[in-house]
Amino acid sequence: MNKTSSVNSESQSSDKAMIEIIDVHKWFGDFHVLQGINLTVHKGERFVICGPSGSGKSTLIRCINRLEEHQRGRIIVDGIELTNNIKNIEKVRMEVGMVFQHFNLFPHLTIIENLTLGPIWVRKVPKAEAEENAMYYLEKVHIAEQAQKYPGQLSGGQQQRVAIARSLCMNPKVMLFDEPTSALDPEMIKEVLDVMIELAQEGMTMIVVSHEMGFAKSVAHRVLFMDYGKIVEGNSPEEFFENPQNERTKLFLSQILH
Amino acid sequence: MEETIQKTQTEKIKPPVVSIGIIGWVKANLFNGWFNSALTIVTLYLLWKTIPPLFRWAFIDSVWRTTGAACRDTGGACWSIVTENLRFILFGFFPYELQWRPLLAILILFALLFFSRDRKYWKKLLGYAWIAGLFIMGLLMKGGLFGLTPVESTQWGGLPLTLLLSVFGLTAAYPLGVVLALGRQSKMRAIKLICIVYIELIRGVPLISLLFMASIIFPLFLPEGLTINKILRAQVAIILFTAAYIAEVVRGGLQGMSLGQYEAAESLGLNYYLTMRLVILPQALKIVIPPTVSILISAFKDTSLVVIIALYDLLKTTQTVLSNPEWMGFSREVYLFVAILYFLGCFSMSNFSRKLEKELSRGD
Repeated sequence: MNKTSSVNSESQSSDKAMIEIIDVHKWFGDFHVLQGINLTVHKGERFVICGPSGSGKSTLIRCINRLEEHQRGRIIVDGIELTNNIKNIEKVRMEVGMVFQHFNLFPHLTIIENLTLGPIWVRKVPKAEAEENAMYYLEKVHIAEQAQKYPGQLSGGQQQRVAIARSLCMNPKVMLFDEPTSALDPEMIKEVLDVMIELAQEGMTMIVVSHEMGFAKSVAHRVLFMDYGKIVEGNSPEEFFENPQNERTKLFLSQILH
Repeated sequence: MEETIQKTQTEKIKPPVVSIGIIGWVKANLFNGWFNSALTIVTLYLLWKTIPPLFRWAFIDSVWRTTGAACRDTGGACWSIVTENLRFILFGFFPYELQWRPLLAILILFALLFFSRDRKYWKKLLGYAWIAGLFIMGLLMKGGLFGLTPVESTQWGGLPLTLLLSVFGLTAAYPLGVVLALGRQSKMRAIKLICIVYIELIRGVPLISLLFMASIIFPLFLPEGLTINKILRAQVAIILFTAAYIAEVVRGGLQGMSLGQYEAAESLGLNYYLTMRLVILPQALKIVIPPTVSILISAFKDTSLVVIIALYDLLKTTQTVLSNPEWMGFSREVYLFVAILYFLGCFSMSNFSRKLEKELSRGD
């Protein structure tokens, strides 16, 4: 039923499927939040998912690193299927970076400690090397001078850039963004989007839940619209914005693009 | 509409004299309004009525080194009961000529606690120092090696016993309490149930009944010939009791953590153990420092309940002195002395907790 969501890649990406989601269902109690999602993301592809609140878009990407458990169907990330096998889940989480709406930095650790925690304890990287690596990514998100501060001393935009750097330090193959700019003050949205655009230009595989349509237009290979737990429409950004097919998509776009 | 834009001030204007300095403070805090002024005057009157006589009793009319009989002739405090019986109060029935050993053990303990106070010493070396210190303290108390005369633990008493029960009780109860709190949050039903039953059972009975059980009922279940040291049994009862309370406080801290912290840690690939150790517990335990220290302080004082199973802790040795006909009736002085000792212990704990809290709140 969700033919639109399968990807015939018009991008320059390789054919290797990075994420395969096959007929995934999920319920919160009786609420059927994901109703048969099919989605394939290849290496180097960038998807933007939009849709009204409660449509299941956050739940969908949270299923990809098993922050939520799907109850039917299959999710395969980089060749590893997500089941109850804890070892597999941890392997997938090492390869999948996640950026949250509310940053979720560790407030008791300095910025540099936030960045090195994963590499040191999960990837077993020596401390000096992890710190060097962390500084490289902090440079990349333009915030290296804040390395010794605590998260509480930074602005929202800075915190979100640190959160992106923290994920990148694990050297992930995929980055998931769960509404990365919706908790930010308007003047800070751009600095975060700029970092995400730079990341996109380097060829990172990304799935972004966002209503930043400018961002979607400039970097996404495909834009998906979700409603009531289904992927209603999926298309290239040009087609999606210029020529939306579904009535609900049209309504939604008219509401957010004033 | 008119707007006034203030020019940047070039010279500093000082506040009016009546609102600063001592006069300002007195005015603002002691005599603001008729009610507060009246309270101030009444309080001053009461202080004038009580402090000088108290001072007179404690320091001017008091005697410091006399016999009990001489004490009865003076109107002031009889501090002699403390000075003349100091060694019994502090060390109980520990053989008189060997009392340098518990004294040395206490000094070693204080030195270790003093260095543990500062987080910059929290290194491996301090850990080794504690291990060596515990060994030496045990050796000093028990003897039997290196030509030290053995001393039965039934002869231990006074301050060393109180410190032994509280220092070990608290340091063992804390980690146990944390484990219980984590267990109570566990997704595994059996573990969760065991922890809940344990916590609720222990919190449902008074410490005295646990101590009775440990000293009277528990030995009945042991096979013939096997006995477990009475101090150890009391110690275990104190640990189990305190841990249940700490567990509930720590659970409160865990519930205060946002789900986002768990998710961020998990999405980095940290497993349960690392998530707890590196992300959740450092934050949760910090939040609950004040209530935790309250529990530790009350547990420290509760160690005095071991008198009811006839262990001679600090309070019991004090009572013993008072039952001596020579010193009977001077309970005020000697209890005041013991109160000061307890206060020093409790006050340094709360002091330490405030210091720790301050150091750990750098990130906020």
